[in-house]
Amino acid sequence: MSPRGWDEAADLEKDPAEIPDPASTAVPEALRAEIEGHMANYPDRRSAALPALAAAQRVHGWCSPEAIEQVACVMRVTPAYLDSVATFYDMLETAPVGRHSVYVCTNISCSLCGGDELHAAFLEAVGADPDFNVRSFECLGACDIAPMASVDGVYVGPLTIADVPQLLDDVRASRPVLPEKQLARRLVADPRANTREFPEHPAEQSARPGGA
Amino acid sequence: MTMASSAAQVGGNPILLFTDIDEPGLNTLEVYERRGGYESLRKALALTPEEVLEQLKASGLRGRGGAGFAMGTKVSFLPKGSMDKYLVCNADESEPGTFKDRELMQKTPHALIEGIIIASYAAGANRSFIYIRGEYALQADVLDAALFEARDAGFIGENILGSGHTLSLVVHRGAGAYICGEETGLLDSLEGKRGNPRLKPPFPANQGLYQGPTLINNVETLSTVPAIIAMGGEEYAKLGVETSTGTKLVSVSGHVTRPGNYEVELGVPSREIIYDLAGGPPEGRALKCWFPGGSSAPVLTAEDLDVPYDFNSLAAAGSMLGSGAIIVVDDSTPIIDVAMKVAKFYRHESCGKCTPCREGTNWTVKMLERIDAGEATPMDLEIMASVQEHIIGNCLCVLGDAMAMPIGSMIAKFKDEFEAHIEERRLSHA
Repeated sequence: MSPRGWDEAADLEKDPAEIPDPASTAVPEALRAEIEGHMANYPDRRSAALPALAAAQRVHGWCSPEAIEQVACVMRVTPAYLDSVATFYDMLETAPVGRHSVYVCTNISCSLCGGDELHAAFLEAVGADPDFNVRSFECLGACDIAPMASVDGVYVGPLTIADVPQLLDDVRASRPVLPEKQLARRLVADPRANTREFPEHPAEQSARPGGA
Repeated sequence: MTMASSAAQVGGNPILLFTDIDEPGLNTLEVYERRGGYESLRKALALTPEEVLEQLKASGLRGRGGAGFAMGTKVSFLPKGSMDKYLVCNADESEPGTFKDRELMQKTPHALIEGIIIASYAAGANRSFIYIRGEYALQADVLDAALFEARDAGFIGENILGSGHTLSLVVHRGAGAYICGEETGLLDSLEGKRGNPRLKPPFPANQGLYQGPTLINNVETLSTVPAIIAMGGEEYAKLGVETSTGTKLVSVSGHVTRPGNYEVELGVPSREIIYDLAGGPPEGRALKCWFPGGSSAPVLTAEDLDVPYDFNSLAAAGSMLGSGAIIVVDDSTPIIDVAMKVAKFYRHESCGKCTPCREGTNWTVKMLERIDAGEATPMDLEIMASVQEHIIGNCLCVLGDAMAMPIGSMIAKFKDEFEAHIEERRLSHA
């Protein structure tokens, strides 16, 4: 059975959903423990909404009604409250998406350096592959490697259109994505900052699917 | 080799935050302490909170997040007395063109943590949070690891180093929303809600997180605090210029050959940053305009390149230092493309709470699209300019202003190009 989507019309006859009953709501044990851990960090448990939804998204692939219900059950809030939160944030998916996220920055600095063309190249290369969630994203805070993308949370750039096939192959093979182009290994640009020669930093080991 | 006791002078330019920032292992407590890390914390805890506050005030340090408010004054706004007070570090860094906090958090996370502990001591806050944008997964992981070490070493927790000061710290990951960099939107988001800005007053210093007094500071601001305590506030104030003291991290991007973060003494000519450090536009192309402080700042042109890079000089030139992010646009890009990018971004990020911002950003995009479709007349330009004027100052937060200011400046400074574009499009679609 496919998950219920968000585009179905609301049933106006139905009573609003209340806080789910723990006795009848199954929540994966690891997810429950993670959400409870987040709640313990704050004076008000509702502060855990974002980390809890992100955790549920890692389990379910998106903030599905089922995921929302599980978070609501553990946090003791209504599903509607969490819906209102999930729909506000770009990294919380409110429709089913591919499990590998490719956020291509198309904001000003990246677009000045070809970010829009890069985004188009990603869309074309991925085609109908359901494993990928390619989307244009607002400034990711890495204009020094423009044009760039965040692939399952790993920043890579500057990218050329020729890099796209290799990058996708790396993701499919669960290899570190384009290690030589990862932001993690770059030295600071300011030539006056380092008084000695330092080696480049190690690249990130692997992409993390659903790293919201 | 202490990292903060004196400013390393490199070619006359003091480097405080970026000193040997690529030293392997600087993200670990071991290397950070070997370089003199957490000495400032010990020094601060030996003083009274009031004395620490005096040092911060004497430094003249102005907030590095965008508004440029004096940090010491901000700390002093928190009410005295025993109540739950909070310190929140704004690590949402989403102003387009800005990526300085990212480099600090990734490479020297303990400087931020040390700064937070010292500032919380001065402010009397016992709970602190770092609100980091969700996209910065690596940096959040690095901070979590550093926080674990700091807790283990007794820098975070109860009765820190026997001082009687208690502090908890949580790294809170956002989930992708520009507006959460606005301080009250950030607070709502941290409380687990949609990140809608709040009506001000009350200001966060009186009623912030969980309705308690809250100090909110940017990553770079807090990361500078250990250096100020180490060298003394008055000594720090000798760096930079009178109204803009110290050094500033500047993110330079767009059409430059060496994009990246540079640490400069405030008051250096902007030209030096754009050309000498960042290499200027590629060969054969000329600078058309530049944003001095992120995409919310009114654009400046080649005529303004000698303006000193500091808060007051940039304000006098009609723009702002903002988050310290220079975006350079050269003559290969039509101004309308720049305007469209900026307007679409703010339309996407408007939370929708205030009408002038929600509608103004939307209509600005529509009018720019009319121009591109060849349906606009020169009158549309005037309407578009007036829309910008009607947004400024009429919303709960400055997101709408953040579009209106650069778009307004582009229409004013590149009117001829806009008009030529309108005419050219009209003829090509006729």
